Amino acid sequence: MTTGQSAGQDANLKASPSTGPSHGPSYGLAPAPSHGLNADELRRDEARERLVMFGLSVPAIMLVLAIIVIPVGWLFWLSLFNDEGALSLDNYTRMLDSKSYTRIFMTTFNVSVLTTGICVLIAYPFSYFLSQLPKRWAALGLFAVLLPFWTSLLVRTYAWLVVLQRKGLVNQWGIELGLWEQPLKLVHNLNGTLVGMVHIMLPFMVLPLYGSMRAISLDYMKAASNLGASPARAFWTVFFPLSLPGLFAGMVVVFVLCLGFFVTPAVLGGGKVVMVSMKIETLIDLFFNFGTASALGVVLMVLTLAVLFLAHRLLQLDRVLGGGRGA
Amino acid sequence: MSWLSKPASDIQITHGARLWLYVVAVLITMFLVIPTLIVIPMSFSDSQYLEFPPRIWSLRWYDNYFGSTEWMTATWVSVKAALFTVLVATPVATMAAYGLYVSNVRAARFIFVLLITPMMVPVILIAIGVFFAYAKLKLNNTMPGLVLAHTVLALPMCLIVVSAGLRSYDMNQERVARSLGASRLKAFLLITLPQIRFSVVSGALLAFVVSFDEVIVALFISGGDMSTITRSMFLALRDQIDPTIASISTILILITTAALVLTQVFGKSDSG
Repeated sequence: MTTGQSAGQDANLKASPSTGPSHGPSYGLAPAPSHGLNADELRRDEARERLVMFGLSVPAIMLVLAIIVIPVGWLFWLSLFNDEGALSLDNYTRMLDSKSYTRIFMTTFNVSVLTTGICVLIAYPFSYFLSQLPKRWAALGLFAVLLPFWTSLLVRTYAWLVVLQRKGLVNQWGIELGLWEQPLKLVHNLNGTLVGMVHIMLPFMVLPLYGSMRAISLDYMKAASNLGASPARAFWTVFFPLSLPGLFAGMVVVFVLCLGFFVTPAVLGGGKVVMVSMKIETLIDLFFNFGTASALGVVLMVLTLAVLFLAHRLLQLDRVLGGGRGA
Repeated sequence: MSWLSKPASDIQITHGARLWLYVVAVLITMFLVIPTLIVIPMSFSDSQYLEFPPRIWSLRWYDNYFGSTEWMTATWVSVKAALFTVLVATPVATMAAYGLYVSNVRAARFIFVLLITPMMVPVILIAIGVFFAYAKLKLNNTMPGLVLAHTVLALPMCLIVVSAGLRSYDMNQERVARSLGASRLKAFLLITLPQIRFSVVSGALLAFVVSFDEVIVALFISGGDMSTITRSMFLALRDQIDPTIASISTILILITTAALVLTQVFGKSDSG
C-alpha cells in the first residue's frame, strides 16, 4: 500500500515504452501489459521496503530484550536452583509451605483489593460529577486530578507522611476540634498505606471512567426520562451499564499497579505492611538471595500478567488502553 | 435557594437532588489537591515537625538542600539521567512506532506487545534483573547503565503516545511528498514529523517524567555519587522524616505545576 505509489510511478514510466517493438530486450520480452510486467518486481520492492521499515523498530526491540527479557529470563533460571545449587522447585514450594510467604501474598492481595474498592467508591461519583459539567469546568476538575498525577510519587507519599504523622495536621486539627484526645496512629500502619495508595491510584481510575462517561450521549438519559423513568432508575438502567467499560479498565489498571507497589507501602506502612515487592527488596538487599527473590518476582509477574490477560480477554482492554494499529 | 429547585440538566433532576454529589465532589477535590499543596507552606517552617501554619517562617530547609553537596550531586544525576533518557527514548520510540505502523506486517502487533512489556512486568522484578545483569557487565552505579534502564522503562509510554499520533495522521500526505520525488526520510522529516510533533513532544515529556520520578530501579542500580535524587529521598524517608525533603518537594511541585499550566496554555493535541 504505502510503498506501491512512488515505485509504481517509476515502473509505469519505464514500462510504457515496452509496447513499442524497437526498445530494449528487457522490456520487449514480456507479452503482458505493463502493470503485469512489473507486478513481481513491485511486490518484491514492497516486501523489501516493509522489511526496512520494520527494521526501524530493531533498536527498541534490542533494548527491551537486553534490559527486560534476558535479565528476567535469567532470574527465572536462577529461581529453579535451591540453596545447594541443585535444580529444584524448592523456591516455589517454600512459598506454599511457609506461613510468612502466604501472609505476604495475602497482604498484597488484600491491600490491592481494598485500594481498588475504595478508589471505585471515590472515583465513580467524582467522575460522574465531572462528566455532567460543561467541558470548560470539567477541565478545571481534571486539573485537580492531573496535578497529583504528575507530581512525583515520592512527594505525595511524603506529603501524607507529614499530614498523618503523630504531630501532623490531621491529629492537630482533630484534637483542637475535640474529635479525639490522644494523637491517633494514622501512619506507619495499614491505614496510612491505604490512604496514600488510594491517593496515588485515583487518577488511574478517574481518567478512564471520565472518558467513558463523557462518551455517553445525554440523549439516552433524556429518552429514559421521557419514557417515565425516574432519574435514579434512568441512571441505574441506562447510564451505569454504559459506564462499565471505563470502570473495569480503571479497576484492572489500579489492581495491577497495586500488586507491584513498593514505595508507598514501604514509607507509609512502617514495616507493618509487607508487600511482595518489599520482601523481594529485603531478600536482595540483606541476604543477596537471588533464588528466592526471583521466584517471588516470577510469581508476582505471572499473577500480574494473568490479571491483564483475563481482563484483555473478557473486556477487550486494548480498546481502552490503545495499542497496535487502529485496533 | 431557588437555584436548588432548578433542573441541573435536561433530565429533570434538580440541583437540590444533586447537592450531595456537589459536596462529595468538593471533598474529593480537596483530598486530591490539599495534601500535595500543603507541603509548600510547611516547607517554610522553622520547626523540625513542619507545623501548619508555620509559627516561625524560615528558609532553613532550603539552605539545607542547596548547601548539601550530596543533595546537589543527586539532583544533577537525576536531571542528567532524565535528559539523556529523553534523547535516547524519544527517537528510538518514534522510529519503532513509525516502522511498526508503516510496515503493517503481521508480526507488528506482536512486537508492539513486546515493546510495552516494561509497563506490565512488575518494576521490582525488572530492578533485580537489571541489577543482576549489570553486576556482570559492571554497569551498576554508572550513568550509561541508569540511562539504558530508564530508556526501556520510558519506551512503552513514548511508543503508545507516538503511535496514537500516527494513527490520527493522514499518511497520504507523506505519499504525496514521496510521489513528488522526496525520499522517505525527507518526506518523514518535512511532512510527517511536523504534524505529529505534539505526540513526539508529549512522548519526550513522559520519558523525562518516568526517568526523573523513578525510584525502584535506581534504588538497586545507582548509588554513591550516582545516586538519583528520588533514591536519596526514598532512603531518607524510610529512615526518618527529614524536613529537607519538604523543600525539595516544594520545588518539584512548582516545576510540575508550571509545566502543566504551560501545556494547557500552549498545548494543542494532534491526536484529536
